Amino acid sequence: MTLFNTSTRPRRLRLGAVAAGAAVLALGLSGCGPAATSPSAGPDSNATENATAELSGTLNVYAAASLKQTFTELAHEFEAKNPHVKVSLSFDGSSTLVTQITQGAPADVFASADSANMKKLSNAGLAKDSPVDFASNVLTLVVPPGNPANITTFADAAKPGVKLVVCAPQVPCGAAAQADAAGAGLTLSPVSEELSVTSVLGKVTSGEADAGLVYVTDAITEGDKVRSIPLTLANTTINRYPIAAVSTTKVPELAQGFIALVTDSEGQKVLKNAGFGAP
Amino acid sequence: MPVLVLPKSNRQAARVQGRTWQYTGVPKWIYLVAAVGALFILLPLTGMVAQVNWGQFGALVTSESSLAALVLSLKTAAASTALCIVFGVPLALLLARAQFLGQRILRALILLPLIVPPVVGGLALLYTFGRQGLIGKSLTLVGIDIAFSTTAVIMAQTFVALPFLVLSLEGTLRTAGQKYEAVAATLGARPGTVLRRITLPLVLPGLISGAVLSFARCLGEFGATLTFAGSLQGVTRTMPLEIYLQRETDPEAAVALSFLLIAVAVLVVALTYRVPKSPLRALVSPEATP
Repeated sequence: MTLFNTSTRPRRLRLGAVAAGAAVLALGLSGCGPAATSPSAGPDSNATENATAELSGTLNVYAAASLKQTFTELAHEFEAKNPHVKVSLSFDGSSTLVTQITQGAPADVFASADSANMKKLSNAGLAKDSPVDFASNVLTLVVPPGNPANITTFADAAKPGVKLVVCAPQVPCGAAAQADAAGAGLTLSPVSEELSVTSVLGKVTSGEADAGLVYVTDAITEGDKVRSIPLTLANTTINRYPIAAVSTTKVPELAQGFIALVTDSEGQKVLKNAGFGAP
Repeated sequence: MPVLVLPKSNRQAARVQGRTWQYTGVPKWIYLVAAVGALFILLPLTGMVAQVNWGQFGALVTSESSLAALVLSLKTAAASTALCIVFGVPLALLLARAQFLGQRILRALILLPLIVPPVVGGLALLYTFGRQGLIGKSLTLVGIDIAFSTTAVIMAQTFVALPFLVLSLEGTLRTAGQKYEAVAATLGARPGTVLRRITLPLVLPGLISGAVLSFARCLGEFGATLTFAGSLQGVTRTMPLEIYLQRETDPEAAVALSFLLIAVAVLVVALTYRVPKSPLRALVSPEATP
């Protein structure tokens, strides 16, 4: 292949090609993600239900991308309470995570951004107990700080000429966007139906789009990089977040402990501060 | 062309090919390692083909959204390949034939899209041609909006595919050498004539294979397109984006579309891609040589 025919090229370029190859290899390896941290139950993992029993080992938590901030905080809290425990977090779209888990990824806890993806886990027989809802989220309209299209209501965003970006109907935030538009009696004509809520947010913060539909928690995370305009609907579509231990977990006590932290008052406070609604 | 002079015992390993001696001996163990390498590529493809629901295949790949994505992919990849040829040929010529300050830096920079993740390429395009971007700001003022358009898809694809054509063609140009060009020039041909009558016909096989590689890369483009162009059926949602989206709700459709994309790519490459032989043969047919 001519591409790799280095025989007549100067040495400099050949080194460049090697570096490129190494970079490609490194990228490929970095994609392997959390598989390296396999759950390893420590010597104390057979501890009883005794509240003072010390937990140890590594807990792999797979959580929806919108939980990144809150779950990172909760993981630190969990580690602080259990000094011998390490929490390894993996954030991605819920459907990506559930695919990884059903294909054997070493997850101990799965927190989904919608019930549909949690159902996939249950249907695969991989949910240890029945999932528990721990938070909820609703959509909001966001515009760039300058509000170039002068949007003040949900209806403004549906006007022709406005560059509105939403999630595709196939992803949870897109399904909610469709339902909310129907509830408001609006027909949306977006310039792009993104594959994830993060992409929608990116298009708004970069000023590419005039408006976008994202979760209220996303709008709060972005701070003053976006302006939030509430949808003010009679019936907002509420997205519920369920959490469950994965049945193949080797550290069930850790998984249970983490889920307890998320669902009890302490975890709920963190979630509420981030803008999540009560389950 | 260099002629190898080999010790007698090694001569069995050398065989006559055309009119030159070429050493073709390969140690046995190389076959074993090469087979592992080939399997590493082929096995995952086999695994995916095994997942295809053949009973539903036709219905899955002819849905409205799938067809829109396929047509958009083929159209944009063709347009991007044309752009790669228009800009890539002069670049390859400069890199292979000319000598100027910063040539090495230019080559390294042109290689960048090969090395950086496509998402980074998409961001770079966004911050340059987007509405708030370096150049995009002025374009918006005169009424040109690139983001969220098919133009943006073509730009993203051209960005990631251009190095394939430049590298491939530069290699061919260097292998071809400048003997014939020099002779033509001494006979009074102007540089333009030399380029048209000698250089381009000489490297045509390399140009074609470079263009095919670029086209295949365009078909597979995902990250830069998603970041820069967005995703809307029939406008910016190419096959890879459609596959990623279908995977959310309909993994069977995603697998069927993946297979279709691979089939199209394999077909295009198999029909047109040739490992370029000695470029001299493209210009001088064997019959003409003494």
